[in-house]
Parts: sequence; structure tokens; C-alpha cells
Amino acid sequence: MSPETPVLSVEHLSVRYRRGRRISNALDDVTFEVQPGETVGLVGESGSGKSTAAKAILGLAPVYAGFIYFFGTDITHLPFKERRETYRQMQIVFQDPYNSLNPTRTIGDTLSEPMEAFGERDHTATRNRVYEMLERVHLPTSAANRYPWQFSGGQRQRIAIARALMLAPRLVILDEAVSSLDLSVQAQVLNLLQELQEASALSYVFISHDLGVVRHMCDRVVVLYRGRVMESGPALTVSGRGSAHPYTYTLNEAVPVPNPDAQQARRAAAGSVTPLPSDTMKIRDEQCVFAPRCPWNQPRCWSERPLLRPAYPDGVVACHRYPEWQSEIARSGPLDAHVLPATERR
Amino acid sequence: MFVPESPALLRIVGNRLLLSVPLLLIVSTLTFLLEALIPGDLARTIVGPQGTQAQYLQLKHSLGLDQPLITRYQQWLENVSHGDFGASLFNHEPVTMLLNGRLSVTLSLVIGSTLLAAVVGVLLGIAGALRADIAGTAVDALSMVGLAIPNFFLGLLLIALFAVAIPLFPATGYVPFDESPLDWARSLVLPVVALATPGIAVVAKQTRDSMRAVLERPFIRTLRAAGLPRRSIIFKHALRSAAAPVVTVLGLIFIASLGGTVVVESVFAMPGLGGLAVQATTQHDLPLIQGVAVYFTALVVVVNLLIDLAYGWLDPRVRVE
Amino acid sequence: MSVLADQIAIGPASRSHQSVRLLIRNPVAIAAITFLGIVTLVCIGAPVTAPFDPLHQDLERVLSGPTAHNLLGTDTLGRDVLSRLIYGGRRSLLSVLEGVAVVTALGVPLGLAAGYAGGWVDRVLSKFAETLMAVPALIIVLVVLAVLPQNEDAAMISFGLLGIPAILRVVRSATLRVREDLYVAAARVSGLNHVQIVERHIFPRVWGPVIVQASLFAAYALLFETGIAYLGLTADPSTPTWGGMVAEASTVIQRQAWLLVPSGTLIALTILAFGLLGDAIRDAVVIGEGGLARRAPRSVVTKRDHDGDIAEPLNGRSGLVLRVRDVSVSTASSAGETPIVDRVGFDVYAGETLGIIGESGCGKSVTALAVLRLLPQGLRVTEGHVYWQGDDLLRMTERSFDELRGSSLAYVSQEPQSSLDPAFTVGSQLVELIRHHQRVSLRKARSSAIALLRQVELLNADQVARTYAHELSGGMAQRVAIAFALAGRPKLLIADEPTTALDVTVQAEILGLLRRLQRETGMALILITHNWGVIADICDRAVVMYAGQIVEKSGIQEMFHKPLHPYTLGLLKSHPSLAEPRSRLSSIPGNVPSPGSWPPACRFSPRCRFVTDACVKAPIPLIDVGPGHASRCIRVDQIFAKASA
Repeated sequence: MSPETPVLSVEHLSVRYRRGRRISNALDDVTFEVQPGETVGLVGESGSGKSTAAKAILGLAPVYAGFIYFFGTDITHLPFKERRETYRQMQIVFQDPYNSLNPTRTIGDTLSEPMEAFGERDHTATRNRVYEMLERVHLPTSAANRYPWQFSGGQRQRIAIARALMLAPRLVILDEAVSSLDLSVQAQVLNLLQELQEASALSYVFISHDLGVVRHMCDRVVVLYRGRVMESGPALTVSGRGSAHPYTYTLNEAVPVPNPDAQQARRAAAGSVTPLPSDTMKIRDEQCVFAPRCPWNQPRCWSERPLLRPAYPDGVVACHRYPEWQSEIARSGPLDAHVLPATERR
Repeated sequence: MFVPESPALLRIVGNRLLLSVPLLLIVSTLTFLLEALIPGDLARTIVGPQGTQAQYLQLKHSLGLDQPLITRYQQWLENVSHGDFGASLFNHEPVTMLLNGRLSVTLSLVIGSTLLAAVVGVLLGIAGALRADIAGTAVDALSMVGLAIPNFFLGLLLIALFAVAIPLFPATGYVPFDESPLDWARSLVLPVVALATPGIAVVAKQTRDSMRAVLERPFIRTLRAAGLPRRSIIFKHALRSAAAPVVTVLGLIFIASLGGTVVVESVFAMPGLGGLAVQATTQHDLPLIQGVAVYFTALVVVVNLLIDLAYGWLDPRVRVE
Repeated sequence: MSVLADQIAIGPASRSHQSVRLLIRNPVAIAAITFLGIVTLVCIGAPVTAPFDPLHQDLERVLSGPTAHNLLGTDTLGRDVLSRLIYGGRRSLLSVLEGVAVVTALGVPLGLAAGYAGGWVDRVLSKFAETLMAVPALIIVLVVLAVLPQNEDAAMISFGLLGIPAILRVVRSATLRVREDLYVAAARVSGLNHVQIVERHIFPRVWGPVIVQASLFAAYALLFETGIAYLGLTADPSTPTWGGMVAEASTVIQRQAWLLVPSGTLIALTILAFGLLGDAIRDAVVIGEGGLARRAPRSVVTKRDHDGDIAEPLNGRSGLVLRVRDVSVSTASSAGETPIVDRVGFDVYAGETLGIIGESGCGKSVTALAVLRLLPQGLRVTEGHVYWQGDDLLRMTERSFDELRGSSLAYVSQEPQSSLDPAFTVGSQLVELIRHHQRVSLRKARSSAIALLRQVELLNADQVARTYAHELSGGMAQRVAIAFALAGRPKLLIADEPTTALDVTVQAEILGLLRRLQRETGMALILITHNWGVIADICDRAVVMYAGQIVEKSGIQEMFHKPLHPYTLGLLKSHPSLAEPRSRLSSIPGNVPSPGSWPPACRFSPRCRFVTDACVKAPIPLIDVGPGHASRCIRVDQIFAKASA
């Protein structure tokens, strides 16, 4: 690949939380990188650790092990004073548009805050920048004098995006930034994000549970499950038939597409869908974290943790049974495998 | 019906008892230290400006005040651990004996008033929650007035109306239960009402707020959609979920009533711990006040324990921890 | 998000101007502030305002009632009551100030620290507060007074110190709530340090509750101060104190009952004023945060409709289960009525699934609640009919409709865990439901409950029956909720966004479950969602809603392959799954209009690229555009002749 320094490089990152006596691995040995101008997707369901990854990268969660490099500099355990400097280059847009803007301050005040925090004293310069950013997100400049409650969810997300871009960062983390938006509004915001990226060579970390959106927006995708990377590769491969990990496959098949014929075909092939057993089982370190729910699991999956290894061009997978499990589908029909063999449960 | 095991309740009791020992220790120590640390000379105060220096020194010695603080504290701790709170400075009788004699009076008052507040308050609160218009504003108004009238004023009004103008109840005094249960009850009515009124107001308001909040929750809508009759939803499901804050408030009412007895017992001339505390204060009878403080705190501990148990029963989430 | 939060665009938190304005409009608050102001001014200006020297005895006028000479009468030594009240007020108000000052100066910073810092700081402070709350305040103050006799300042300061836990807890919980808000994290990432964050983002949201608590504490402080004054612990009998004057009056009740009135009433009124002020401030702060009218009538159908109970004949089509016609729902508040749902109508047949799809604010959830007669306070059905086997559900008595609940019509909502009663086990609730619908013994009900749980694919049914809602995962809780809905063997199940809050893999399972249950029981299903994939997966027919209206109705194949409304078309084209990766999505410009600002004629016209003059002239009816296909667009023929989905 290109010899340029990646904008962000996450290596073997682990984050642990303790609640009472229980220790949970929110993130466990996660590795990925973001090249300049690239959009990398972090995909997973609840408990996958994708939001924790965002917090760890921003220094809002303590890192237990591993490293985070930003333009080659190790920022993993930086104290706030130095961490602060990175915020000029690295910003975030959160999920909840109703919660991410201080309701007691005007939009203009909220947008000026990053500049003031970093020492900008020239009010005119700040104000001009505020207007400039409002225009770039296609909002009227009069918005600066209004309060958040006067705007819709989609408009608030655009304001949040404007805030993130005030300091002209190189990397923006989008933590489920469009997940709570309606379809039509989502399309507008996604288009805006693409537009902004093209204009300024931004890199994005796009966190989402929505595979369709991820497929549309991302160059590469990292699939997380219970804190570990299952698979990582080009977006089209990961979100298509060529995915290498059983979990990715399960995800892909589970997402309903707006096409009644396709859905009907899936249903016909699936037969009766037996529920996958609850995923709150205790997981040991030395096993594959997806084994309890995997239709193709074998004894080795329970005793040995699979490491990430090359799967297809530019892709890696953490699975003992790749590529054999794929032929097992071909053998018994696309989705019969969804029916869990009762004997394989621990 | 499907009920899980709950060994956690024992744990709750154990926890609370464990916390209580330091609490009692702290309160007792606090009362001791206050006397020692507050600027002011107790012996001088008792002797008064007219007392001679000889009297002052003699009193100081007999109170043990001329010894270093640590020694006094150790001695005092040792005594207290044997249940010896010393003797009243005024009449030289053992403190514990004086207190025990009056405990039943105060307990009758406080338990009576908490019960009254609970029953009347909860009923009013439910009524206020169900009928938003008339009963609701009535509850609001009564609550406000009930909280604003000082208990001594209310007590005096009650005496003026129901003991003097219409001689239904005795104006003052207390009749022990074993002497005459009926007279015992009659002597308690007015003081209990005076003591309970702010409690009724608070409980009614809390019950109403809790019920209203619970009735807005999604699970109420689910149960309704599933067809459960209204009565069952309100009195079984809603009440159960609304109960926890009300129970907390009842505990606070109990504690507040303990404080209230100090005034109410004076108004109605009842021979309880509260009246004794006032007397002791005016007479600077420190051992006696310290004794009252520890007794009151012990009662608070018991009440807190009961609340914890009630919580555990009401809210399954607590049990799991 | 609540149903109403979607519909009405009202801000989620107060601004100070808004709160103050609300306060000023509250007559109770005005009265309280005025009263307190007058009392304070009169008492402060005692040398000027008091007609007499409070210590001056006039033994000729002992215990007189109100006269021209002494407006409020005289006491046992002929001293003027009014003057003594005024001078006494100075002491009382000063004491209140001392108590409030101590409690806020210490309680607020400690509460902020506990709430913001969290961790061990919070634990230590909370334990400290808990311990202090168990200490009987009055007794400690008595100890202080025993050592420092008649020192009211010492007593009030001690009282203030002992009151810290209450304020600490209030400030702590307010801080905790605000700290969770995402804009605090955003401020951190903008480069602000902790002090700046507390000052700019935390404190402005917290001072409201602080003022409320301070006001309420002032009421308690006054109550307390007059109490110890009554007991004679704070001053000698000649010094005027409010409490002391009540004590004096108590000794002469029989001779001059009037003496009790001025002091007692003044104390009660002042305490009342503080209390009312605190409540009024709390209401102002809270209303600023919610915005909904407080007093709204229960949801009831108005008598506006003249058709009465004419049941529409079920013509031809067998298996019709539900017929909704012209149902409209409005908010009903003191600010007026705003329509949320506008003359919605559709049919549902046995064994089929009807999807209602739309974005937030279109009124789909409200429609469902209207059919189920579960509209929350503040919403009302204003017209329309809902026919169920010949009866109009909206015009039945409450009692008759209750019989249909659960046994004919059932409901499953969006948030699975919060739709189950947290205080009872899942099994016991299910048993209760079963016994309500069928008169069976407890044993039979229990086994039916287990069977139901198995039917919704919960494998360890016995174990699940013994769990509480909070112990279940989202998927399991939703299955339980579906079991609840099935307990009465309904003929129609209305599911409002049943999978929105669930993970994707779980969603697929739940949808599969619903399909299977339908096959097994033959019940009809109305599925409300915003997700086109879900519609494609499970629905036979679908209805698209926009701005309170139905804009398109059709069978599922046609909906996707041949949509005949610009809105439907625009939505489908903006779906990422149907677009070229990394390309620009086709998007509908503009925003959904909120209730109250719906455009007059075609509500979609401001955003429609096919708009003409005819579209904005008159309201657009729902037009039949094919078999089983209707569209609220007058330009269907021109737009869709060549266009393909």
C-alpha cells in the first residue's frame, strides 16, 4: 500500500471496565488503521465495543493495553494538556442530536467554543469562521443566534458536524452520527459528509450498526463482535457475498433489504429460524468469542482463540474455519446453516 | 407464583447493622466532642456569673473537666459501652433510668404519628393521582397548609378547639397504656394529630407524584393494552412501583417526628424524651442530652433498617446486588 | 423518545429567560414574592416602621385585642404586638438567612464535586451525606444550645450544617444528569478543562434546582427557628421573637385567645410563602424543560361527527378484521388544538400483515394508539370510526372496549424492557393475564404461561418465568412482550416499531417469530416502522404516511417496484442499499413539516420536484390509481408514465 503515514493507527488496543467484581473486555486486541482521505467503518451490534473505540481514540476512556498512533505519534496515554493539542486535528460527532448541543447556549456560542478554547481572541475572525462553517453545512447564518430547540434533528446533526470542523481537523470520528435520523434526512447528511470529505481530504472513522449505510460510505470496514475484530477488509467484500467470517455473514443475512423478492428468497431458504442462543455467556480468553452462536463451530473454536490472518486481497479474518465454512453453505443451501445443530452447544 | 429465592435480604440486614455501629459511635462521639470543642466553659455556665471561683473549680473537678480530653473520652467510651451514660447533673439519677421511663411516651407519639401520616397520606395521595382535577388541587392546598403551620401553633389551636372550647380530649398529660387503654388513646389523639399533620402533607404529595409518574410509564400501557382491569393495574402494579419513594419518605417522617416530639411534648406537657431534652438543655445537663441523642439515633437506625428491608421486598433490582 | 416528543418540536431544556417569564406569569409566585418582600422590608426598617418600642410596657393596656391604638393588640405586659412582631421578624429572617447561606455555600460545591468527579470522591461524599442525614438535627442543636445558651446564631449555623446532605443530594443528582449529556463530552473534545466545563455547561443547568431547594430550606429554617424560640431556648422572655410570642400567648389562651393569632398566623404565612415560592420556581424550571400543557382532558371522541354508529356493511371481502375510516387526532391543550393525524383510513384482513411506514412526526404511532384507545394525556380523537366486527370502537363505552383489550386487539411497543412491570416476575404477570382472559385454575394458568413462553421461542421457559424484566436481554424481553400480547389469543396484533431498539440479528429473529405466529394463529398484524427493509420482509400490504396523512397505499410488490407517489419514490431512492456505493444519494430536499405548520394543499409540495400550480391550490384527495393502489398525488399519470422505481 501507500507508504504515507496513516492518519490513525490502532494496534492491539484493549479497554477493560470493572463493575463490582466482574471485569469485561470492552475492547480486546483491536487493530486497524485509517489512511488519509479514507473512510473506515467500525461495524457491530450492541456490546461490540465500537463506541468504546471512539472514546479510547479520543482519550475519553482509559486504555488497558495497546497503542494509538495519530500521524505516527503515540497518543495512547497522553495527559490532558498534550491530548488537547490533538483535538485540533481530531474531532467527533455524536449520535444523539438532542443531547450533543448545550440547550442554554446559542448555536453561535457553541460553535465558537472550540476556537475560544484554543486561544482565539479575535471575535471577528471567530464569527466569520462560524458563518463559514454554517454555510458549508448548508444552514443559514442566522442560525448562529438561535437555540438548539429551534432546529430539527437533522439540522442539529449538521450543526454538530460544523462544530467538529471548526478547527479544520484531519480526522473526524462519526459515532453513529446518522443512526437516529430519518431516512430522507440521513441521505442529506451522508451526502454532506461526502461533500466535506472531498473538499478537505478528511478521513472518517464511521461507526455504525447499519450495514447498508456502512457499505455506502466506507472504503474499508472493520467488523467487531464483543470487543474483538472478526473481519476487516474492503467495504464491498465485507458487506457482500465474499465476507470471510461467519458473524459477518450472519449480519449480512439478517439485515433486511428493501426488496420484497430478495427477502422472500431468503426466507424460503432459511426455513424455520431457530434463535441463536443468548450472547451473554461468559467468554474465556482462549476461545473464539463467536463460538457459542456460530453454526459452524468445532471443538478447536472453543479452546483456541483465532488470530487475524489474511483472507482475501487486503482483508483479514479471525476464524479457524475459514474458508471451509463457506463450502458448507454451498453444500447444504444458503441459509440452512442458520438452524443451529443442537449438539454443538456447550 | 413464580417467586425467586432471596437470600440477599439477609445480606441487606447485615449491611445495615454493620453501618449502624459506626453511626452510633459517631453520634455519641459527636455529642461528646461538641461539648468539648465548642468555645464555652460548661462549668462556668452552670455555676453562673454569681458563682465563686471555689465553686467553679469544685464543679469542674466533679465533672471531670479538669482532665485532658483523651482521658475523658476514653473513660466516657468505656462507660457508654457498658450502657452507662452517667448521671443527670441536675438530679443525679442515672441517665438510662430517666430515659427508659420516658421511652414509651415518645414511642407512642412517634409511631402513632407515622402510622397516621402513612394511612391518611397514602389514601389522599392515591385519590389525588386518580382524580386530577378536584381531589388533586385539594391535596395540593392541604399539603401546603399542613406543611406551613408550625406544630406548636397547630397543637395550641387543637387544644383551644378540642380541649378547651369543646372538651373532647385532655389538653395536657399522658395516661400509660396499662392504666387505661381508652384514656391512653384519648391523651394521644391531639398530640399525634399535631405531630402527624406535616407528615400527612408530605406523604400525600409524594404518593401522588409517584403514582402519577408511574402511571405514565410504558409498562402501564402494555398492561392496559393486554386487557388487565383498571383496578388491578392501579392498586397492584402501579402502587407497587410507586411505593419505594413513599417508603423512603415515611422513614424521613419518622425521623422528623422524633425531632417534632421535642416541641409537641412541651405543648401538651407529656413526660417523654423530647420534653426531657428541652429541660436538659435549659439546665445544661449534658449527660442527659447525650443520652437522648444516642437513643434517638438508635431509633433512627432501626427505622432505616426497616426501610432497607422494605426496599428489598419492593424492588427486585436491589436484591440481586 | 416518547410519542409526543416526535410530533411537537419543543426544546428539551429551559433557558433562563423562559423560566423567569413563566415564573412571572404565575400568580401564586407573584403573591409569595410580594408577601416576602413586604415582610422583609418592614422588618428591616423596624426603627422606622414599628409604631412602638417593643420593650415598652403599658400596664394600662394589658391583653387588649386589636384597637386603634394597638393595631394587633397588646401582650401580657401591655407591649404592642405589632412592634414586637416587626422586631422579632428581624431576628427570624436573619436566622433564616444564616441557615440558607451555610447550607448553599457548602452544599452546592460539595454536590457539584460529588456529581462531576464521580469515583471515590462521590462515594465518600455520599456516605458522608447518608450518615449525616441519620443524625437527628434538633438534638444536635440542643446540645449546642446547652453549651452556648441562647446563642441563636450558633444554633442556626449548626442547623445549616446539618441540612447539607439534602442539598448535596439534589445538586449531585442534577449534576449527574447533566454530566451524561453528550455536549459535555463535546466540550471536552473542544479543549475545555474541567473548571470551564463546570462553569459553562454544568452549573447553568443546576442552579434552578438549587434555588428551589434554597427556598424550601428557608421554609424549614423558619419552622425550626420559631420552634426553638417557642421553647424559650434562644432568648430571654422580654426579647421579642415570633416563637416566643406564641409561647406567651399559650399561657393566656383562656383570657385572651386573640393573642395567639397574629404571631401564629404570621409564622404560618411566611413559611407558606417560602414553600409556595419554591414550588413555583420548580414548576417554572420543569415546564421550561417539557413544554407540554399540564391540564389536558382525557382522550375522548368529540361529538362532532354526525354519522352516529352506522356500521359500514362488509361488502364482499371476507376476513375483514379492522376498518379504519377518517380518524383524526389532535393535541388538546390550553394553547389550542393542533392536528397530528388527519383523516386516516385503511383496512386489515385476517392473516395478513399491514405495514404503516413513515418518518418521525408522520403520525403513525399516534394512529395506532388511537385505534387502541391508549392515547396519552394531551391527545384526543376528534373524528373518525374504527370498525371491528360491526362495532365502532371509538364510540363504545370504556367497559365494552376493555373486554376487547388483549382478547381481540393486542399491542407490542418499541422498548421491550420498559414495557414490562419491573416489580413482578415475568411469569407471574403472564399468569395474571392468562387468568384474566380465561377463567382457569392457577395450575392451568401456570402451564399455559410456560407454553406461551415456549411458543415465542424462549428455550428455558421455566427459568425465564422466574426472571424480572431487567434481567432479560432486549430480544428476550421483546419475546416476553409478544407472549403477553398473545395471552388473550387476539385476532389483531398492533406492533409499534417492535424491532427498532434491537440488534440486527435479533431483529431478524423477532420478525421470523412474528411471521410464524401469524401462520399458526391466523391473526392479523399491523406493523409500524420506519424501516423499509422490515416492510419488504414481512408485510403483505403497506401504507405510507406523511405529515399526518396517508399518501400511498398498495400491495407490497407494487410499493417497491412501482411506487406512485413522489414521496415514496424519493424515500426509496434515498435508501443506501439501493444506491451505488460511494455515490451521492438521491435525497429529498427540505424537512418534514411539523404539526401546526403543515402546508395547506399538498403537504409534500414544498419538497416535490414535480410540483405544479394545481398542487398548491386545494387539498389533495386520496385517489385510486390501480387495483388495491391509492395515491395522494394528482400528477400520477404525468410523473410515473415513464419513470421506473
